[in-house]
Amino acid sequence: MSANLTTLAYLPTIIAFILALKFLSSPKHARLGNQLGAVGMALAIVVTLAQKHIYGLGYAIIAVGGVIGGAIGWIGARKVKMTDMPQMVALFNGVGGGAVALVALIEFHEKAGLPGRMLANESVAIIISALIGSISFAGSMIAFGKLQGLVSDRPIVWRGQRVGNIIILLVGITAGAIILGGHDLQLIWLLLIEIAAALAFGVLFVLPIGGADMPVVISLLNACTGISASAAGFELRQDVLIVSGMLVGSSGSLLTLMMCRAMNRSLGNVIFGAFGQIQAGGAEAASAEDKSVRATTAEDVATMLAYAHKVIIVPGYGLAVAQAQHDVRQLADLLTARGVNVEYAIHPVAGRMPGHMNVLLAEANVPYTQLKEMDEINSEFPQTDVSLVIGANDVVNPAARSDQSSPIYGMPILDVDKSKAVVVLKRSMNPGFAGIENHLFYEPETSMLFGDAKDSIIKLIAAVKAA
Amino acid sequence: MSSNTAVFLAELTVLILAIFLGIEVISKVPTLLHTPLMSGTNAIHGIVIVGAILITGLNDNLLGQIVGFFAMVLASANVVGGFAVTDRMLEMFKGK
Repeated sequence: MSANLTTLAYLPTIIAFILALKFLSSPKHARLGNQLGAVGMALAIVVTLAQKHIYGLGYAIIAVGGVIGGAIGWIGARKVKMTDMPQMVALFNGVGGGAVALVALIEFHEKAGLPGRMLANESVAIIISALIGSISFAGSMIAFGKLQGLVSDRPIVWRGQRVGNIIILLVGITAGAIILGGHDLQLIWLLLIEIAAALAFGVLFVLPIGGADMPVVISLLNACTGISASAAGFELRQDVLIVSGMLVGSSGSLLTLMMCRAMNRSLGNVIFGAFGQIQAGGAEAASAEDKSVRATTAEDVATMLAYAHKVIIVPGYGLAVAQAQHDVRQLADLLTARGVNVEYAIHPVAGRMPGHMNVLLAEANVPYTQLKEMDEINSEFPQTDVSLVIGANDVVNPAARSDQSSPIYGMPILDVDKSKAVVVLKRSMNPGFAGIENHLFYEPETSMLFGDAKDSIIKLIAAVKAA
Repeated sequence: MSSNTAVFLAELTVLILAIFLGIEVISKVPTLLHTPLMSGTNAIHGIVIVGAILITGLNDNLLGQIVGFFAMVLASANVVGGFAVTDRMLEMFKGK
Protein backbone atom coordinates (compact mmCIF):
# COMPACT_ATOMS: atom_id res chain seq x y z
CA MET A 1 0.00 0.00 0.00
CA SER A 2 1.33 3.46 -0.83
CA ALA A 3 1.69 6.05 1.92
CA ASN A 4 -1.27 8.12 0.70
CA LEU A 5 -3.51 5.11 0.37
CA THR A 6 -2.56 4.03 3.90
CA THR A 7 -3.45 7.44 5.30
CA LEU A 8 -6.79 7.24 3.50
CA ALA A 9 -7.41 3.72 4.79
CA TYR A 10 -6.89 4.94 8.37
CA LEU A 11 -9.76 7.44 8.10
CA PRO A 12 -12.54 4.93 8.87
CA THR A 13 -10.59 4.01 12.04
CA ILE A 14 -10.59 7.63 13.17
CA ILE A 15 -14.32 7.93 12.46
CA ALA A 16 -14.98 4.69 14.35
CA PHE A 17 -13.07 5.96 17.41
CA ILE A 18 -14.92 9.28 17.48
CA LEU A 19 -18.28 7.50 17.24
CA ALA A 20 -17.12 5.00 19.87
CA LEU A 21 -16.48 7.83 22.35
CA LYS A 22 -19.81 9.40 21.53
CA PHE A 23 -21.73 6.14 21.97
CA LEU A 24 -19.85 5.32 25.18
CA SER A 25 -21.39 8.47 26.64
CA SER A 26 -24.96 7.10 26.57
CA PRO A 27 -26.18 3.94 28.34
CA LYS A 28 -28.22 2.81 25.36
CA HIS A 29 -25.41 2.61 22.82
CA ALA A 30 -22.37 2.20 25.04
CA ARG A 31 -21.72 -1.43 24.17
CA LEU A 32 -22.12 -0.75 20.47
CA GLY A 33 -19.66 2.12 20.88
CA ASN A 34 -17.04 -0.15 22.36
CA GLN A 35 -17.57 -2.72 19.60
CA LEU A 36 -17.25 0.01 16.99
CA GLY A 37 -13.95 1.02 18.57
CA ALA A 38 -12.74 -2.58 18.38
CA VAL A 39 -13.67 -2.79 14.67
CA GLY A 40 -11.82 0.48 14.02
CA MET A 41 -8.78 -0.91 15.79
CA ALA A 42 -8.88 -4.17 13.80
CA LEU A 43 -9.05 -2.15 10.60
CA ALA A 44 -6.04 -0.05 11.60
CA ILE A 45 -4.05 -3.22 12.33
CA VAL A 46 -4.91 -4.78 8.95
CA VAL A 47 -4.05 -1.58 7.09
CA THR A 48 -0.72 -1.32 8.93
CA LEU A 49 0.17 -4.94 8.20
CA ALA A 50 -0.45 -4.28 4.51
CA GLN A 51 2.54 -1.90 4.32
CA LYS A 52 4.78 -3.15 1.54
CA HIS A 53 8.11 -2.59 3.33
CA ILE A 54 7.56 -5.02 6.20
CA TYR A 55 10.01 -7.92 5.89
CA GLY A 56 9.39 -11.63 6.41
CA LEU A 57 10.87 -12.22 9.87
CA GLY A 58 9.27 -8.93 10.94
CA TYR A 59 5.83 -10.39 10.22
CA ALA A 60 6.69 -13.47 12.28
CA ILE A 61 7.77 -11.38 15.28
CA ILE A 62 4.68 -9.19 14.99
CA ALA A 63 2.45 -12.28 14.87
CA VAL A 64 4.08 -14.06 17.82
CA GLY A 65 4.18 -10.90 19.96
CA GLY A 66 0.61 -10.04 19.00
CA VAL A 67 -0.74 -13.49 19.82
CA ILE A 68 1.06 -13.63 23.19
CA GLY A 69 -0.03 -10.12 24.20
CA GLY A 70 -3.55 -10.68 22.88
CA ALA A 71 -3.88 -13.92 24.85
CA ILE A 72 -2.68 -12.22 28.04
CA GLY A 73 -5.18 -9.40 27.51
CA TRP A 74 -8.06 -11.73 26.69
CA ILE A 75 -7.50 -14.11 29.58
CA GLY A 76 -6.93 -11.23 32.01
CA ALA A 77 -10.11 -9.49 30.89
CA ARG A 78 -12.27 -12.64 30.96
CA LYS A 79 -11.01 -14.12 34.21
CA VAL A 80 -11.03 -10.97 36.33
CA LYS A 81 -13.69 -10.63 39.04
CA MET A 82 -15.97 -7.59 39.00
CA THR A 83 -14.24 -6.24 42.09
CA ASP A 84 -10.85 -6.37 40.37
CA MET A 85 -11.87 -4.43 37.25
CA PRO A 86 -10.19 -1.18 38.35
CA GLN A 87 -6.74 -2.72 38.60
CA MET A 88 -7.21 -4.39 35.21
CA VAL A 89 -7.84 -0.98 33.67
CA ALA A 90 -4.69 0.27 35.41
CA LEU A 91 -2.71 -2.71 34.09
CA PHE A 92 -3.89 -2.42 30.47
CA ASN A 93 -3.24 1.30 30.62
CA GLY A 94 0.29 0.74 31.89
CA VAL A 95 1.25 -1.73 29.17
CA GLY A 96 0.05 0.78 26.57
CA GLY A 97 2.38 3.41 28.03
CA GLY A 98 5.20 0.84 28.06
CA ALA A 99 4.64 0.09 24.36
CA VAL A 100 4.83 3.82 23.57
CA ALA A 101 8.18 4.11 25.38
CA LEU A 102 9.61 1.07 23.54
CA VAL A 103 8.49 2.44 20.17
CA ALA A 104 10.26 5.72 21.00
CA LEU A 105 13.39 3.83 22.01
CA ILE A 106 13.68 1.98 18.69
CA GLU A 107 12.78 5.01 16.63
CA PHE A 108 15.53 6.94 18.41
CA HIS A 109 18.06 4.12 17.96
CA GLU A 110 17.36 3.98 14.22
CA LYS A 111 17.66 7.67 13.54
CA ALA A 112 20.01 9.07 16.19
CA GLY A 113 23.53 10.35 15.64
CA LEU A 114 23.41 11.00 11.91
CA PRO A 115 23.11 14.58 10.67
CA GLY A 116 19.74 15.33 9.09
CA ARG A 117 18.23 11.92 9.92
CA MET A 118 16.07 13.04 12.82
CA LEU A 119 14.13 16.27 12.37
CA ALA A 120 13.73 18.62 15.32
CA ASN A 121 9.98 18.02 15.65
CA GLU A 122 10.57 14.25 15.54
CA SER A 123 13.18 14.37 18.31
CA VAL A 124 10.88 16.45 20.49
CA ALA A 125 8.12 13.89 19.87
CA ILE A 126 10.43 10.98 20.77
CA ILE A 127 11.52 12.66 24.00
CA ILE A 128 7.96 13.50 25.04
CA SER A 129 6.53 10.07 24.22
CA ALA A 130 9.40 8.26 26.00
CA LEU A 131 8.96 10.45 29.08
CA ILE A 132 5.19 10.32 29.41
CA GLY A 133 4.89 6.70 28.27
CA SER A 134 7.41 5.59 30.92
CA ILE A 135 5.72 7.60 33.69
CA SER A 136 2.40 6.08 32.71
CA PHE A 137 3.82 2.55 32.66
CA ALA A 138 5.50 2.75 36.08
CA GLY A 139 2.67 4.74 37.69
CA SER A 140 0.01 2.34 36.44
CA MET A 141 1.96 -0.67 37.72
CA ILE A 142 2.08 0.87 41.21
CA ALA A 143 -1.64 1.73 40.99
CA PHE A 144 -2.26 -1.89 39.98
CA GLY A 145 -0.09 -3.12 42.85
CA LYS A 146 -1.92 -0.93 45.37
CA LEU A 147 -5.37 -2.07 44.29
CA GLN A 148 -4.29 -5.71 44.05
CA GLY A 149 -2.78 -5.54 47.54
CA LEU A 150 0.81 -6.13 46.33
CA VAL A 151 1.84 -2.64 47.47
CA SER A 152 0.50 -1.00 50.64
CA ASP A 153 -2.64 0.92 49.73
CA ARG A 154 -1.94 3.46 52.47
CA PRO A 155 -0.11 6.60 51.43
CA ILE A 156 3.65 6.02 51.68
CA VAL A 157 5.36 9.25 52.70
CA TRP A 158 8.90 10.30 53.55
CA ARG A 159 10.88 13.45 54.16
CA GLY A 160 11.66 15.66 51.18
CA GLN A 161 9.39 13.57 48.99
CA ARG A 162 7.97 16.36 46.89
CA VAL A 163 11.34 18.03 46.25
CA GLY A 164 12.90 14.64 45.49
CA ASN A 165 10.21 13.80 42.97
CA ILE A 166 10.58 17.13 41.21
CA ILE A 167 14.38 16.69 41.03
CA ILE A 168 14.02 13.23 39.50
CA LEU A 169 11.54 14.53 36.94
CA LEU A 170 13.89 17.43 36.13
CA VAL A 171 16.78 14.98 35.61
CA GLY A 172 14.64 13.13 33.07
CA ILE A 173 13.56 16.30 31.28
CA THR A 174 17.12 17.65 31.24
CA ALA A 175 18.50 14.44 29.73
CA GLY A 176 15.85 14.72 27.05
CA ALA A 177 16.53 18.42 26.45
CA ILE A 178 20.27 17.78 25.93
CA ILE A 179 19.38 15.38 23.09
CA LEU A 180 17.76 18.31 21.29
CA GLY A 181 21.16 20.10 21.23
CA GLY A 182 22.19 18.53 17.90
CA HIS A 183 22.86 15.23 16.14
CA ASP A 184 26.15 14.67 17.98
CA LEU A 185 24.20 14.82 21.26
CA GLN A 186 21.69 12.22 20.13
CA LEU A 187 23.14 9.60 22.47
CA ILE A 188 21.18 6.50 23.38
CA TRP A 189 22.34 6.60 27.02
CA LEU A 190 20.83 10.05 27.44
CA LEU A 191 17.48 8.64 26.33
CA LEU A 192 17.95 5.68 28.69
CA ILE A 193 18.62 8.10 31.57
CA GLU A 194 15.47 9.96 30.62
CA ILE A 195 13.44 6.75 30.60
CA ALA A 196 14.95 5.54 33.91
CA ALA A 197 14.17 8.87 35.59
CA ALA A 198 10.63 8.82 34.19
CA LEU A 199 10.08 5.28 35.48
CA ALA A 200 11.36 6.27 38.93
CA PHE A 201 9.13 9.34 38.92
CA GLY A 202 6.12 7.24 37.92
CA VAL A 203 6.69 4.92 40.90
CA LEU A 204 7.42 7.72 43.36
CA PHE A 205 4.51 9.96 42.48
CA VAL A 206 1.89 7.22 42.91
CA LEU A 207 3.34 5.74 46.14
CA PRO A 208 2.29 8.66 48.40
CA ILE A 209 -1.25 8.67 47.05
CA GLY A 210 -3.84 6.82 49.13
CA GLY A 211 -6.44 4.40 47.86
CA ALA A 212 -9.24 6.97 47.94
CA ASP A 213 -7.50 8.88 45.16
CA MET A 214 -6.70 5.87 42.98
CA PRO A 215 -9.62 6.47 40.56
CA VAL A 216 -8.28 9.93 39.78
CA VAL A 217 -4.74 8.58 39.35
CA ILE A 218 -5.82 5.84 36.93
CA SER A 219 -7.85 8.32 34.93
CA LEU A 220 -4.93 10.75 34.84
CA LEU A 221 -2.48 8.06 33.73
CA ASN A 222 -4.98 6.95 31.08
CA ALA A 223 -4.98 10.48 29.67
CA CYS A 224 -1.15 10.49 29.87
CA THR A 225 -0.88 7.31 27.81
CA GLY A 226 -3.19 8.89 25.24
CA ILE A 227 -0.97 11.98 25.03
CA SER A 228 2.18 9.83 24.73
CA ALA A 229 0.57 7.78 21.92
CA SER A 230 -0.25 11.06 20.20
CA ALA A 231 3.41 12.12 20.50
CA ALA A 232 4.38 8.75 19.01
CA GLY A 233 2.23 9.76 16.03
CA PHE A 234 4.44 12.83 15.58
CA GLU A 235 7.62 10.72 15.63
CA LEU A 236 6.26 8.09 13.20
CA ARG A 237 4.40 10.66 11.06
CA GLN A 238 1.09 8.84 11.48
CA ASP A 239 -2.02 10.99 11.77
CA VAL A 240 -4.09 8.07 13.02
CA LEU A 241 -1.92 7.92 16.15
CA ILE A 242 -1.92 11.68 16.62
CA VAL A 243 -5.72 11.91 16.47
CA SER A 244 -6.62 8.73 18.38
CA GLY A 245 -4.04 9.36 21.10
CA MET A 246 -5.13 12.94 21.59
CA LEU A 247 -8.85 12.03 21.66
CA VAL A 248 -7.99 9.88 24.67
CA GLY A 249 -5.66 12.54 26.06
CA SER A 250 -8.26 15.31 26.03
CA SER A 251 -11.33 13.27 26.98
CA GLY A 252 -9.32 11.51 29.68
CA SER A 253 -8.14 14.84 31.08
CA LEU A 254 -11.71 16.11 31.22
CA LEU A 255 -12.82 12.92 32.97
CA THR A 256 -9.99 13.34 35.49
CA LEU A 257 -11.08 16.91 36.24
CA MET A 258 -14.71 15.77 36.62
CA MET A 259 -13.55 13.27 39.22
CA CYS A 260 -11.48 15.86 41.10
CA ARG A 261 -14.47 18.18 41.11
CA ALA A 262 -16.58 15.42 42.66
CA MET A 263 -14.08 15.31 45.54
CA ASN A 264 -13.77 19.10 45.71
CA ARG A 265 -9.99 18.93 45.32
CA SER A 266 -7.57 20.30 42.77
CA LEU A 267 -5.55 18.01 40.54
CA GLY A 268 -2.29 19.44 41.88
CA ASN A 269 -3.42 18.59 45.38
CA VAL A 270 -3.97 14.97 44.35
CA ILE A 271 -0.71 14.55 42.41
CA PHE A 272 1.69 16.01 44.91
CA GLY A 273 0.56 13.84 47.76
CA ALA A 274 -0.81 16.56 50.04
CA PHE A 275 -3.53 14.11 51.01
CA GLY A 276 -1.00 11.69 52.45
CA GLN A 277 0.90 14.36 54.33
CA ILE A 278 -2.03 15.96 56.11
CA GLN A 279 -3.34 12.57 56.98
CA ALA A 280 -0.10 11.29 58.52
CA GLY A 281 -0.45 13.94 61.24
CA GLY A 282 -4.22 14.04 61.70
CA ALA A 283 -5.25 10.43 61.89
CA GLU A 284 -3.64 9.42 65.19
CA ALA A 285 -5.02 12.42 67.06
CA ALA A 286 -8.56 11.50 66.12
CA SER A 287 -8.30 7.81 66.93
CA ALA A 288 -6.79 8.54 70.34
CA GLU A 289 -10.14 9.79 71.61
CA ASP A 290 -12.08 7.23 73.57
CA LYS A 291 -15.49 6.73 72.01
CA SER A 292 -17.93 3.88 71.88
CA VAL A 293 -20.06 2.49 69.11
CA ARG A 294 -23.39 0.71 69.35
CA ALA A 295 -23.36 -2.81 67.92
CA THR A 296 -26.65 -4.31 66.83
CA THR A 297 -28.04 -7.61 65.56
CA ALA A 298 -29.51 -8.65 62.22
CA GLU A 299 -32.91 -9.21 63.86
CA ASP A 300 -33.07 -5.66 65.23
CA VAL A 301 -32.07 -4.19 61.89
CA ALA A 302 -34.56 -6.37 60.02
CA THR A 303 -37.38 -5.07 62.23
CA MET A 304 -36.32 -1.47 61.60
CA LEU A 305 -36.22 -2.07 57.85
CA ALA A 306 -39.45 -4.06 57.60
CA TYR A 307 -41.50 -1.37 59.34
CA ALA A 308 -39.87 1.64 57.71
CA HIS A 309 -41.51 3.83 55.08
CA LYS A 310 -38.33 4.84 53.35
CA VAL A 311 -34.96 3.11 53.23
CA ILE A 312 -31.87 4.34 51.40
CA ILE A 313 -29.09 1.87 50.66
CA VAL A 314 -25.61 3.41 50.47
CA PRO A 315 -23.21 0.98 48.77
CA GLY A 316 -19.42 1.23 48.96
CA TYR A 317 -16.30 -0.76 48.22
CA GLY A 318 -17.16 -3.27 50.97
CA LEU A 319 -20.16 -4.36 48.91
CA ALA A 320 -17.89 -5.05 45.95
CA VAL A 321 -15.39 -6.98 48.06
CA ALA A 322 -18.11 -9.15 49.61
CA GLN A 323 -19.73 -9.70 46.17
CA ALA A 324 -23.04 -9.04 47.89
CA GLN A 325 -24.78 -7.12 45.09
CA HIS A 326 -27.26 -9.92 44.28
CA ASP A 327 -28.18 -10.35 47.95
CA VAL A 328 -28.66 -6.61 48.36
CA ARG A 329 -31.05 -6.64 45.45
CA GLN A 330 -32.95 -9.54 46.97
CA LEU A 331 -33.24 -7.66 50.26
CA ALA A 332 -34.44 -4.54 48.44
CA ASP A 333 -37.04 -6.55 46.49
CA LEU A 334 -38.27 -8.11 49.70
CA LEU A 335 -38.67 -4.69 51.33
CA THR A 336 -40.34 -3.22 48.24
CA ALA A 337 -42.84 -6.09 48.28
CA ARG A 338 -43.70 -5.04 51.85
CA GLY A 339 -44.41 -1.52 50.67
CA VAL A 340 -41.14 0.05 51.76
CA ASN A 341 -39.74 2.75 49.45
CA VAL A 342 -36.16 1.62 48.68
CA GLU A 343 -33.56 3.68 46.83
CA TYR A 344 -29.81 3.52 46.33
CA ALA A 345 -27.60 6.56 46.95
CA ILE A 346 -24.60 6.54 44.63
CA HIS A 347 -21.64 8.73 45.53
CA PRO A 348 -19.57 9.64 42.46
CA VAL A 349 -16.35 8.26 43.95
CA ALA A 350 -17.76 5.34 45.95
CA GLY A 351 -15.74 2.21 45.30
CA ARG A 352 -12.47 2.29 43.46
CA MET A 353 -13.61 3.84 40.19
CA PRO A 354 -16.20 6.44 39.25
CA GLY A 355 -19.37 4.56 38.42
CA HIS A 356 -18.05 1.42 40.17
CA MET A 357 -21.25 1.03 42.19
CA ASN A 358 -23.46 1.50 39.14
CA VAL A 359 -21.64 -1.27 37.30
CA LEU A 360 -21.85 -3.55 40.31
CA LEU A 361 -25.56 -2.99 40.91
CA ALA A 362 -26.31 -3.26 37.20
CA GLU A 363 -24.78 -6.74 37.35
CA ALA A 364 -27.47 -7.63 39.90
CA ASN A 365 -30.16 -6.13 37.61
CA VAL A 366 -31.04 -3.29 39.97
CA PRO A 367 -33.27 -0.92 37.92
CA TYR A 368 -31.62 2.39 36.93
CA THR A 369 -34.57 4.28 38.35
CA GLN A 370 -33.66 3.21 41.90
CA LEU A 371 -30.08 4.51 41.58
CA LYS A 372 -29.92 8.11 42.72
CA GLU A 373 -26.92 10.39 42.36
CA MET A 374 -25.65 12.42 45.30
CA ASP A 375 -27.17 15.82 44.40
CA GLU A 376 -30.50 14.19 43.70
CA ILE A 377 -30.81 12.23 46.94
CA ASN A 378 -29.14 14.37 49.60
CA SER A 379 -32.32 16.34 50.27
CA GLU A 380 -34.19 13.07 50.92
CA PHE A 381 -32.16 11.84 53.90
CA PRO A 382 -34.08 13.86 56.56
CA GLN A 383 -37.29 12.03 55.50
CA THR A 384 -35.56 8.65 55.52
CA ASP A 385 -36.26 6.17 58.28
CA VAL A 386 -33.20 3.97 57.81
CA SER A 387 -30.01 4.52 55.84
CA LEU A 388 -28.27 1.21 55.28
CA VAL A 389 -24.57 1.86 54.71
CA ILE A 390 -22.96 -1.22 53.15
CA GLY A 391 -19.19 -1.08 53.13
CA ALA A 392 -19.02 2.66 52.43
CA ASN A 393 -16.91 4.87 54.66
CA ASP A 394 -15.24 8.09 53.51
CA VAL A 395 -18.17 9.10 51.29
CA VAL A 396 -20.48 9.23 54.34
CA ASN A 397 -18.03 10.80 56.80
CA PRO A 398 -19.58 13.99 58.22
CA ALA A 399 -16.06 15.28 59.00
CA ALA A 400 -15.97 16.34 55.34
CA ARG A 401 -18.61 18.95 56.23
CA SER A 402 -17.53 20.05 59.68
CA ASP A 403 -13.91 19.20 60.54
CA GLN A 404 -11.49 21.60 58.88
CA SER A 405 -8.49 19.55 59.95
CA SER A 406 -9.79 16.45 58.19
CA PRO A 407 -8.01 15.54 54.96
CA ILE A 408 -11.37 15.08 53.26
CA TYR A 409 -12.75 18.43 54.48
CA GLY A 410 -14.76 20.01 51.68
CA MET A 411 -15.48 16.78 49.80
CA PRO A 412 -19.20 16.53 49.04
CA ILE A 413 -20.65 13.57 50.94
CA LEU A 414 -23.92 11.69 51.24
CA ASP A 415 -25.74 13.20 54.24
CA VAL A 416 -26.75 9.86 55.77
CA ASP A 417 -26.26 11.28 59.29
CA LYS A 418 -29.40 13.38 58.71
CA SER A 419 -31.63 10.34 58.40
CA LYS A 420 -33.61 9.10 61.41
CA ALA A 421 -31.49 5.98 61.85
CA VAL A 422 -28.27 4.76 60.31
CA VAL A 423 -27.14 1.14 60.16
CA VAL A 424 -23.55 0.55 59.09
CA LEU A 425 -22.56 -2.89 57.79
CA LYS A 426 -18.86 -3.19 58.38
CA ARG A 427 -16.29 -5.93 58.85
CA SER A 428 -14.57 -4.29 61.83
CA MET A 429 -13.75 -0.88 63.27
CA ASN A 430 -10.72 -0.44 61.00
CA PRO A 431 -10.77 2.95 59.27
CA GLY A 432 -11.60 3.14 55.54
CA PHE A 433 -9.30 2.97 52.55
CA ALA A 434 -8.16 6.55 53.07
CA GLY A 435 -7.31 5.75 56.70
CA ILE A 436 -9.52 8.43 58.24
CA GLU A 437 -11.59 8.06 61.41
CA ASN A 438 -15.34 8.25 60.72
CA HIS A 439 -17.41 10.15 63.31
CA LEU A 440 -20.63 8.83 61.81
CA PHE A 441 -20.02 5.52 63.63
CA TYR A 442 -20.16 7.26 67.03
CA GLU A 443 -23.37 9.23 66.41
CA PRO A 444 -26.28 8.29 68.70
CA GLU A 445 -28.59 7.38 65.79
CA THR A 446 -25.99 5.05 64.30
CA SER A 447 -25.76 1.34 65.02
CA MET A 448 -23.15 -1.03 63.65
CA LEU A 449 -23.80 -4.50 62.23
CA PHE A 450 -20.37 -6.14 62.22
CA GLY A 451 -19.41 -8.96 59.88
CA ASP A 452 -18.93 -9.77 56.22
CA ALA A 453 -21.45 -7.76 54.19
CA LYS A 454 -22.71 -10.83 52.32
CA ASP A 455 -23.27 -12.86 55.51
CA SER A 456 -24.98 -9.91 57.21
CA ILE A 457 -27.33 -9.32 54.30
CA ILE A 458 -28.24 -13.01 54.05
CA LYS A 459 -29.11 -12.89 57.76
CA LEU A 460 -31.14 -9.71 57.17
CA ILE A 461 -33.08 -11.37 54.35
CA ALA A 462 -33.99 -14.29 56.59
CA ALA A 463 -34.95 -11.98 59.45
CA VAL A 464 -37.07 -9.69 57.24
CA LYS A 465 -38.95 -12.74 55.92
CA ALA A 466 -39.67 -13.70 59.53
CA ALA A 467 -40.67 -10.19 60.60
CA MET B 1 8.59 26.29 3.48
CA SER B 2 10.13 22.84 3.59
CA SER B 3 7.88 19.85 3.20
CA ASN B 4 8.61 18.78 6.78
CA THR B 5 7.37 22.12 8.08
CA ALA B 6 4.22 21.90 5.99
CA VAL B 7 3.47 18.37 7.17
CA PHE B 8 4.26 19.29 10.79
CA LEU B 9 1.85 22.24 10.67
CA ALA B 10 -0.87 19.99 9.28
CA GLU B 11 -0.16 17.54 12.12
CA LEU B 12 -0.44 20.33 14.68
CA THR B 13 -3.75 21.45 13.20
CA VAL B 14 -5.10 17.92 13.45
CA LEU B 15 -3.83 17.68 17.04
CA ILE B 16 -5.63 20.85 18.11
CA LEU B 17 -8.86 19.70 16.49
CA ALA B 18 -8.57 16.33 18.23
CA ILE B 19 -8.16 18.05 21.62
CA PHE B 20 -11.41 19.94 21.24
CA LEU B 21 -13.23 16.99 19.71
CA GLY B 22 -12.24 14.72 22.60
CA ILE B 23 -13.62 17.18 25.14
CA GLU B 24 -16.76 17.83 23.11
CA VAL B 25 -17.85 14.20 22.55
CA ILE B 26 -17.70 13.16 26.21
CA SER B 27 -18.90 16.37 27.84
CA LYS B 28 -22.33 14.94 28.64
CA VAL B 29 -21.39 11.52 29.99
CA PRO B 30 -23.42 10.41 33.05
CA THR B 31 -21.53 9.22 36.18
CA LEU B 32 -23.01 5.80 35.49
CA LEU B 33 -20.73 5.41 32.49
CA HIS B 34 -17.52 6.92 33.88
CA THR B 35 -15.88 3.53 34.47
CA PRO B 36 -16.72 2.04 31.05
CA LEU B 37 -15.72 5.30 29.37
CA MET B 38 -12.33 5.29 31.08
CA SER B 39 -11.89 1.66 30.14
CA GLY B 40 -13.02 2.28 26.56
CA THR B 41 -10.64 5.20 26.01
CA ASN B 42 -7.96 3.00 27.57
CA ALA B 43 -8.54 0.51 24.76
CA ILE B 44 -8.42 3.24 22.11
CA HIS B 45 -4.93 4.40 23.07
CA GLY B 46 -3.94 0.85 22.21
CA ILE B 47 -3.67 2.39 18.72
CA VAL B 48 0.02 2.51 19.59
CA ILE B 49 -0.07 -1.05 18.23
CA VAL B 50 0.22 0.62 14.80
CA GLY B 51 3.52 2.10 15.96
CA ALA B 52 4.63 -1.23 17.40
CA ILE B 53 3.90 -3.02 14.10
CA LEU B 54 5.77 -0.37 12.10
CA ILE B 55 8.93 -0.31 14.19
CA THR B 56 9.02 -4.10 14.42
CA GLY B 57 8.27 -4.70 10.76
CA LEU B 58 10.51 -2.03 9.29
CA ASN B 59 13.69 -2.34 11.40
CA ASP B 60 15.56 -5.44 10.32
CA ASN B 61 18.11 -5.60 13.17
CA LEU B 62 18.46 -7.36 16.51
CA LEU B 63 17.38 -4.42 18.67
CA GLY B 64 14.35 -3.78 16.48
CA GLN B 65 13.42 -7.45 16.74
CA ILE B 66 13.83 -7.83 20.50
CA VAL B 67 12.39 -4.49 21.63
CA GLY B 68 9.78 -4.64 18.86
CA PHE B 69 8.63 -8.03 20.13
CA PHE B 70 8.05 -6.65 23.62
CA ALA B 71 6.34 -3.55 22.21
CA MET B 72 4.00 -5.89 20.30
CA VAL B 73 3.20 -7.93 23.42
CA LEU B 74 2.44 -4.81 25.48
CA ALA B 75 0.43 -3.03 22.79
CA SER B 76 -1.70 -6.06 21.90
CA ALA B 77 -2.40 -6.74 25.59
CA ASN B 78 -3.61 -3.12 25.80
CA VAL B 79 -5.86 -3.49 22.74
CA VAL B 80 -7.40 -6.91 23.42
CA GLY B 81 -7.62 -6.54 27.20
CA GLY B 82 -8.93 -2.99 26.94
CA PHE B 83 -11.83 -3.77 24.61
CA ALA B 84 -12.64 -7.09 26.29
CA VAL B 85 -12.79 -5.64 29.81
CA THR B 86 -14.95 -2.73 28.61
CA ASP B 87 -17.30 -5.14 26.86
CA ARG B 88 -17.64 -7.17 30.05
CA MET B 89 -18.60 -4.07 32.00
CA LEU B 90 -21.14 -3.00 29.40
CA GLU B 91 -22.58 -6.48 29.01
CA MET B 92 -24.25 -5.91 32.36
CA PHE B 93 -26.21 -2.93 31.09
CA LYS B 94 -27.88 -4.87 28.30
CA GLY B 95 -31.63 -5.11 27.94
CA LYS B 96 -32.32 -1.92 29.87
